[in-house]
Amino acid sequence: MDDSVSGDNVKGRLARMKQNVKLVFFTQTFGCDTCLPARQVVDQLANLSERIIVEEHNLVLDKQHAERFGIDRAPAIIVSGETDLGIRYYGVPAGHELTSILEAVVLVGTRELTLKQESLAALATLSRPIDIKVFVTPT
Amino acid sequence: MGLAYKLAAASPQIVATVIEATEFPDLAARYQVSGVPKTVVNDTIELLGLQSEDVLVAQVTQEPEKGTVG
Repeated sequence: MDDSVSGDNVKGRLARMKQNVKLVFFTQTFGCDTCLPARQVVDQLANLSERIIVEEHNLVLDKQHAERFGIDRAPAIIVSGETDLGIRYYGVPAGHELTSILEAVVLVGTRELTLKQESLAALATLSRPIDIKVFVTPT
Repeated sequence: MGLAYKLAAASPQIVATVIEATEFPDLAARYQVSGVPKTVVNDTIELLGLQSEDVLVAQVTQEPEKGTVG
């Protein structure tokens, strides 16, 4: 794992986590070349803190879980707290995206959102489901 | 993309999914991803490039009725 993830700065932020973070990982046995490397990344993240717990499901065999999270592909990683916060990643997180996942872990573990007050106020008015997809490539 | 995740954590209404485009070319084609990062809100609003907090929050909170792409 590169220094941006394993460095002291990250360890300090992970140490501030007050709540457990669950990495819900969806894999599939056949036709998924990237499932193993994705799982390895999940394991590396889990090794960073005792507060990070991994829960693995098979996309094909655990349909109930897949449907509950709205997951239809693998590999998929959900960064969850006690409850599902709607944070999902499809693929193998690498480079900048690995940092994003790690930030999501710290976000869920600390609940330090670092959003502006006006943003939080605007988001609090939402009354309908919003789906945000962000397409990225490895950097 | 960390900003989308922050929005998801801030609102129970928001689900933020980051997709590695080269691993899921079918999704990249369906959403006509010609560059990254590309943000798609409720399959209707398309934003290319890094978005500021103000812009993304504004787009999400002013989002029109849900439509379909592809």
